[in-house]
Amino acid sequence: MSRAEVLDGPGAGLPVAAPAPVAFARLLRSELRLVLGRRRNLVLLAGLALVPVVIGTVLLVTRDSALSGQGPAFLAQVTGNGLFLVVAALFLCLPFLLPLCIGIASGDAVAGEASAGTLRYLLVVPVPRTRLLLVKALAALTFAAAAVLAVAVTGLLVGAAFFGVQDVVLLSGSTVPVGEGVVRVAGIVAYVGLSLTGLVAVGLFFSTLTEVPVGAMAATVVVAVVSTVLDSLPQLSAIHPGLLTHHWFDFAEFLRVQVDWGVVGSGLAVQAAWVAVFGSLAWARFTTADVTS
Amino acid sequence: MTSTHDADGDLAVRTAGLTKRFRSGQVAVDGLDLAVPRGAVYGFLGPNGSGKTTTIRMLLGLAHPTAGRAWLLGSPMPDAAARVLPRVGALVEGPAFHPYLSGRANLARLDAGDATADPRTSRRRADAALDRVGLSAAATKPYRQYSLGMKQRLGLAAALLQPRDLLVLDEPTNGLDPQGTREVRHLVRELADGGATVLVSSHLLAEIEQVCTHVGIMSRGRLLLQGERAALTEREAARLAVTTRAGQADAAAEVLRGLGLADVARDGRALPGGAGTARLTAALGPTPPEKVSAALVHAGVDLVGLEVDRPSLEQVFVELTGEGFDVAR
Ligand SMILES: Nc1ncnc2c1ncn2[C@@H]1O[C@H](COP(=O)(O)OP(=O)(O)OP(=O)(O)O)[C@@H](O)[C@H]1O
Ligand SMILES: [Mg+2]
Repeated sequence: MSRAEVLDGPGAGLPVAAPAPVAFARLLRSELRLVLGRRRNLVLLAGLALVPVVIGTVLLVTRDSALSGQGPAFLAQVTGNGLFLVVAALFLCLPFLLPLCIGIASGDAVAGEASAGTLRYLLVVPVPRTRLLLVKALAALTFAAAAVLAVAVTGLLVGAAFFGVQDVVLLSGSTVPVGEGVVRVAGIVAYVGLSLTGLVAVGLFFSTLTEVPVGAMAATVVVAVVSTVLDSLPQLSAIHPGLLTHHWFDFAEFLRVQVDWGVVGSGLAVQAAWVAVFGSLAWARFTTADVTS
Repeated sequence: MTSTHDADGDLAVRTAGLTKRFRSGQVAVDGLDLAVPRGAVYGFLGPNGSGKTTTIRMLLGLAHPTAGRAWLLGSPMPDAAARVLPRVGALVEGPAFHPYLSGRANLARLDAGDATADPRTSRRRADAALDRVGLSAAATKPYRQYSLGMKQRLGLAAALLQPRDLLVLDEPTNGLDPQGTREVRHLVRELADGGATVLVSSHLLAEIEQVCTHVGIMSRGRLLLQGERAALTEREAARLAVTTRAGQADAAAEVLRGLGLADVARDGRALPGGAGTARLTAALGPTPPEKVSAALVHAGVDLVGLEVDRPSLEQVFVELTGEGFDVAR
């Protein structure tokens, strides 16, 4: 709607709409306050933040015992360098905990409003449907970013406090200085965050299909789990490159001497494709569906 | 923009053949032609499940009609939603808000979505709306802790956040105590006095009957009748009761039929006039009562009494829909 569009019809003092970007920003602020202020979401973030604390504590306690050094990749390195707690915690959260939290937030985005009945009142305000969907998508993405950061930041703090921060030993065994190591870990955090955007789009789409938020949440998590299962079947290797979760663990690329940007780029391209497909589906569905809740 | 069509420029709400068939195959709204004049208080009546809420959803662009069209304030819906809806306050199938936000925060949330709302006046308008529905004292209470009537009031407050030209209120008195119901009637009258058009749906006729200037009656998705309230309860549906000497009942019935009155019947009830009298009833139709009495007298019938029974809106309604309001209660 253009800036100075004045409504036709009789009567004085007809409402004039603010420019679309201004109206968008105002609604987005309200939405972010709602999503990030919601107790359930804060509990989820707190739960995620607890993961590095638990891992760090376990590693600290068992540091000098026979159990030290066991476990999945990155874990063994944590006691030598607190920076690796960020990587280890993300590695452990990525298969299930992060998809779960993101499925909850994005599956709830539209379905939650529909089930509460607030959707119909937003639409008659009127909030244009495309604007509402965009705001919901941005808020869900913000929550996903907050989820990843909750793990990363507490990982960094706990790791630094428990084990200190040293020069980073890469996968090949060569060492880079702390400064570069931090940049590389930041790259991992960013890659993990961007890797989850496809799942956010899937959740948003499911969220437009139903008035039952739990259904949309569960379906979203199931998509992530099924993708992982399919990814583990060698018979299906032909479709593996396109799977939602196939490239998730390519974040390890940032720990090679020479980061292969082709690998990073293709991982992000797959996410972009999922976002494009499911974002479009969500838009097509939401802008045409009857709101009968 | 020249969206004000000549034909419906004076109609706040108009629909043409509005139809909604759900995927279940059920036709919830069937060829509806609503006409709500500007400035009217339009009572949109109908028993449970008659299609009132479904109609309102289509008017507001929440649901798409299977067929037919709708105009609000002269502009086609849902195409003109962004322009028209800021001037429309609505309550659709009960209030709905975020349970953990306070009443005031919920209003702020809705206001944040309104591109035509001035953020600087948001708080003041929210407080004024809360005050108007008597919720000021509960403004900071979480919605979750509101009573049913308080929730309904908050829904009304949301509809009053901005000055409105049209209010679409679906069952606004639902859950309110008698005092609250009176207040809603008062509010509706006040809004209408301020120049707004009010479309108010209800299955509880008595609650809104007194404030309506116009009435539309729905049943099974069809609009059985609409028009000015006074006209509906006028002559058309009025019944005539004639009391004569018992022996002249047949002659009187003959006269009534001769006048073209329908539904002539002998009323078997005990009569105040005693055993010597008989009572006949008939649908008066457009015939003036004085013409009936003249014809009876002319035919030599001794007229003991003649009454014209103008039905209440409720009687009209029950006659039309065949369903009592008891169903709704
Ligand atoms: N989403 C839907 N899917 C299928 N049928 C529906 C849907 N919503 C409503 N209906 C049906 O449409 C008919 C009209 O419903 P509607 O809610 O419009 O009635 P109403 O007049 O508002 O009733 P009430 O006075 O009880 O509020 C009902 O028979 C209902 O079962
Ligand atoms: Mg209804």
